[in-house]
Amino acid sequence: MPEISVKNLYKIFGDSPERALKLLEKGQSKEDIYETTGMTVGVQDASFEVEKGEIFVVMGLSGSGKSTLVRTLNRLIEPTAGEVIIDGQDILKMGKTELVKFRRSKTSMVFQSFALMPHLSVLQNVAFGLELDGIEKAVRTERAIDALKQVGLDGWENALPSELSGGMQQRVGLARGLAVDPDILLMDEAFSALDPLIRTEMQDELLKLQDRQERTIVFISHDLDEALRIGDRIAIMEGGRVVQVGSPEEILQNPADDYVRAFFRGVDPTGVISAGDIVRHNQPTVIWHTPQGSPRATLELLNNRDREYAYVLDSEHRFFGVVSTDSLRTLLESPPHDAKKKIEDAFIKEALVVKETEVLQDILPQVASHKWPIPVIDENSVFKGVVSKNRFLKTLYRSDNNSNM
Amino acid sequence: MFDFEEKLIPLDDWISSFIDWLVEGYRWFFQGIKWPVEVTLSWLENGLLAIPPLLIIAVMAFIAWRTSGIRLSIFTVAALVFIGLLGFWEDTMITLAMVFSSVVFCTIVGIPLGIYSGKNDKFESFMRPILDGMQTTPAFVYLVPIVMLFSIGNVAGVLATIVFALPPIVRLTALGIRQVHPELVEAALAFGATSNQVLFKVQIPLALPTIMAGLNQTIMMALSMVVIAALIGAGGLGAPVVLGLNTLDIGLATIGGLSIVLIAIVLDRITQSLGSKSN
Repeated sequence: MPEISVKNLYKIFGDSPERALKLLEKGQSKEDIYETTGMTVGVQDASFEVEKGEIFVVMGLSGSGKSTLVRTLNRLIEPTAGEVIIDGQDILKMGKTELVKFRRSKTSMVFQSFALMPHLSVLQNVAFGLELDGIEKAVRTERAIDALKQVGLDGWENALPSELSGGMQQRVGLARGLAVDPDILLMDEAFSALDPLIRTEMQDELLKLQDRQERTIVFISHDLDEALRIGDRIAIMEGGRVVQVGSPEEILQNPADDYVRAFFRGVDPTGVISAGDIVRHNQPTVIWHTPQGSPRATLELLNNRDREYAYVLDSEHRFFGVVSTDSLRTLLESPPHDAKKKIEDAFIKEALVVKETEVLQDILPQVASHKWPIPVIDENSVFKGVVSKNRFLKTLYRSDNNSNM
Repeated sequence: MFDFEEKLIPLDDWISSFIDWLVEGYRWFFQGIKWPVEVTLSWLENGLLAIPPLLIIAVMAFIAWRTSGIRLSIFTVAALVFIGLLGFWEDTMITLAMVFSSVVFCTIVGIPLGIYSGKNDKFESFMRPILDGMQTTPAFVYLVPIVMLFSIGNVAGVLATIVFALPPIVRLTALGIRQVHPELVEAALAFGATSNQVLFKVQIPLALPTIMAGLNQTIMMALSMVVIAALIGAGGLGAPVVLGLNTLDIGLATIGGLSIVLIAIVLDRITQSLGSKSN
């Protein structure tokens, strides 16, 4: 079951949203409605699901409705129509006290402008959510100190927010969000106000935190690099609509429309697409220490199939080496002729593997400098297939075409 | 008709009969308003007069020292001793009692009004002309109805002072609440604050410096009413000024006025540093 499920969500700003909603149903555009009624459509028919434990990035230009959308998830902004189901509960049907309880226990939020209370110390700021919940002072102090440790700000408890740099202030904002131990963390352009170096540092920090403790994170951003860097999945918004949802690779390789394509123009696909995305299992493999895996049988196999390289695996399909027709022939023709030859003596020494998570950028040197298709393994060394020069170039050609159309 | 040679709208007669009607029919209501003011005032007045002057000087000096510093503390001692030597100690205590009781009521009424108009645009645009009227109507205009409704004396003086001194604290409280960054309110709500928690944990603490500036202004306005209140029989430092004015006794009027100025400076400095401390 997804953690958050949003169905046909609308938000219209103005004095009679119901009327605007009817006009939308009749097929009028957002612009027409603004011209005739003066009402603004903030979010239009948004539907998506966020899985437990993933970082879900909502991306769009300013005015695309992404900040409005994230605020409907905890009802800081009251949606006009639709459903927001979180953990099986429709939060739009909650009463006041239920909503307060929901906000205290389920979600927390990190803001672009940090939104720290200037009259409270760092520690009091971090403990703010716990204080609202009426948690006893000793407990909340302990939890706040722990949250500050998680973001690397221990020792700053008694400082005032105004004494900290922007990056440190946002760490406090993050710690405040973590201190209440929420299931869902809403981050509204959380790192956009920081300078690029600090921003990258904070993104790493967030990923590190996510490694330790998986939370569902909805991250709003207008920065594509950021979205690609931290997002497990990305939703792209335009003019209040969610135009595409998918993993970075999916969106990059199959953009839904010109808008999305334009968005990704200038993105270097080699930094996004990983070896695992383009791996093919179309090369001959042989199993080590079996009759079929002997040097002579392997050479025969290659000759029959008219292939040049074979990949040697063990019985668990872990990768061991690459042999070529040349290396096999050299081995078989070397003296002594009657001795039993081992296939490992025919392994090409320079043949290295790449991991399936490595992006094209990282494997490019390997692909470019060797004649054989590069073997790809997963984290357990299991052979997943190969990436050939041909395949590599075709992928680049296609994404390049996508982004230039 | 439009040569404007005679009065055609007898508004003055209407107002007169309206006030007469109020006095006749709603005396109980105005007595009800008067009662808490009367109690507070007499309590403060008796209290201040019962405490030995040296103790009061010591306490004031201490407050001045804690809020501002040693310089204001020395000035306070000098000013109070000087006023005492002028023979105005009792008048000063009466004036302080009147100023404090009007400020107490201005605060009790003004801060909630200010908070509400800070949160509600409609209420603020309703309050604005009323506050403008309270501040700009010449005090002499409402002295007569106040005397008719509450008779003369210190209590009537305090009520006239409240009318005049209330607007700044309402306005500045509203301003302070409005100046709180909407993101901070949003952040508090996002972490599950109820509207009361937003008010007491975010809005009021952050508006406090502005509210304190309003309190300072209210105290100053209250002091500036001392002489006018004396016109309707209120005692205190205004009385010698009015007496001096009526008898052309320049010396008496001047030392009365000088004492008011000294008290004003002390109260102003103390409340100002309170304001900047809460900042």
